[in-house]
Amino acid sequence: MALYSEKVMDHFRNPRNVGVIEDADGVGEVGNAKCGDIMKFYIKVDDDVVTDIKFETFGCGSAIASASMATELIKGQPVSEVLTLTNKAVVEALDGLPPHKIHCSVLAEEVIKAALKDYYDRHGIAYDPELFPDDHDCETCEL
Amino acid sequence: MKYIYADNGATTRMSDAAVAAMLPFLQDCYGNPSSLHSVGQKAAEALVKARETVARCLNADPKEITFTSGGSEADNQAILTAAALGRKKGKTHIISTTIEHHAVLHTLNKLAKEGFEVTLLPVTPGTGLVTAEQVRDAIRDDTCLVSVMFANNEIGTIEPVKEIAAVCKEKKVLFHTDAVQAVGHVKVDVKDLGADFLALSGHKFHGPKGVGALYCRRGILLQSLIEGGAQERGKRAGTENLAAIVGMAAALEESVKNLDETARRTTAVRDRLIKGLRAVGHCVLNGDRENRLPGNVNYCFEGIEGESLLLLLDDRGVAASSGSACTSGSLDPSHVLLAIGRPHEIAHGSLRLSIDETVTEEDADYIVEQVKEVVGYLRNMSPVWRDLKSGKTAFITEE
Repeated sequence: MALYSEKVMDHFRNPRNVGVIEDADGVGEVGNAKCGDIMKFYIKVDDDVVTDIKFETFGCGSAIASASMATELIKGQPVSEVLTLTNKAVVEALDGLPPHKIHCSVLAEEVIKAALKDYYDRHGIAYDPELFPDDHDCETCEL
Repeated sequence: MKYIYADNGATTRMSDAAVAAMLPFLQDCYGNPSSLHSVGQKAAEALVKARETVARCLNADPKEITFTSGGSEADNQAILTAAALGRKKGKTHIISTTIEHHAVLHTLNKLAKEGFEVTLLPVTPGTGLVTAEQVRDAIRDDTCLVSVMFANNEIGTIEPVKEIAAVCKEKKVLFHTDAVQAVGHVKVDVKDLGADFLALSGHKFHGPKGVGALYCRRGILLQSLIEGGAQERGKRAGTENLAAIVGMAAALEESVKNLDETARRTTAVRDRLIKGLRAVGHCVLNGDRENRLPGNVNYCFEGIEGESLLLLLDDRGVAASSGSACTSGSLDPSHVLLAIGRPHEIAHGSLRLSIDETVTEEDADYIVEQVKEVVGYLRNMSPVWRDLKSGKTAFITEE
């Protein structure tokens, strides 16, 4: 199908890092079933490096591909680097997304942040709250 | 690899008869039906014949058939005509349903902005049926039009249009029916039905795209949407799309001729799909089980999203469609699924299979097998499914 790039279809057909980490150091979940997209990320952090990551997604092809690509971009990276990952980087790594699917990459950025915030909270690590803006902005889903 | 096309509700493959009928009009008989010379008059004769054929298939008079660019234009023209006639008499109330095609709903929205009052009747949860009683109760002194679709494009429900038409006749209100999904698939007889307007589209019954027709009962002055020449008795300007019109007539003639046999075979395969897919579990059939188009199957599967289901089915050689938001290009899932009471959560996980007579029982079994595997695979990576399975959230559908 020409709707998506080859990269998107590759990550959709063969998603990387699907699954659950039972003893995760941080878990993040964003989106809701009503909107038709939910992403859940599980991370393991050792020595300030994201050593393992797994994801689950309820959503369309680009949601699954965005989550898969995001896990690849993050795995093995220091937390400080992971925090700077933007949805734009995910879109670029996927060779682009159709305009009405950009929100999938936004969810990927948000779920990473949510997992990191959970990691900080669980481990009593102090952080700048401005790094983690509140809830998902549904405006990004609007066409 | 096997490729099974199960999206005939979107469009169909043209029949050999339709293609054969069209070809001469692309090159040999290229005249303009309005021209006086013999090339033009040959074309004019073909136009007359095509109109007679379409009229005969619907049990209408040829004068009651106006060729259009498709179902949407026919719906627009019927509704705008009835609205204009109503306005002249000070009647500006229109009744329709929540599950109509956008060609109807958006035209009604436009009229609402121009001062019309529109009542959209709610449908029965699950089945999507409306009743003649609902229509009767909604009709007011200032009602100028009732528009209820013959059969729904998404969930396949066939509405009791004959009963509704009878109520409209009794109350002296014009009745339009969008029969785009019905014509060529179920028996449509405009006299027996008693409709004032009926819209149809060529490419839904193995005819070409870009052509349709509007039946407008004799005695009603049809309003033109396109001004210009005197084509279509002044009701639709523009040189006729003759090849398409001829192709549509040929396709319709063939569909109507074989209708009983096609419907019997298609219904049997449809029922096999309905039964087979139920076994996937935690899913629900959308639309009425009995009053249903022969080729329509529509399920919501809990815990998954429809677009990813479609893409993976396509990889496995099954072409289908879905009412999920991601496939509709908007934030909300299908208005039809919401109107029949499906919560957003499961409306996103809908799958429509619309088969024609070429889909065999063996194909149906293949489709069921593929859907089972793909739904299972997607559920395995779905956090929604995990929460449902662990009891964290409650299932909406039965196992």
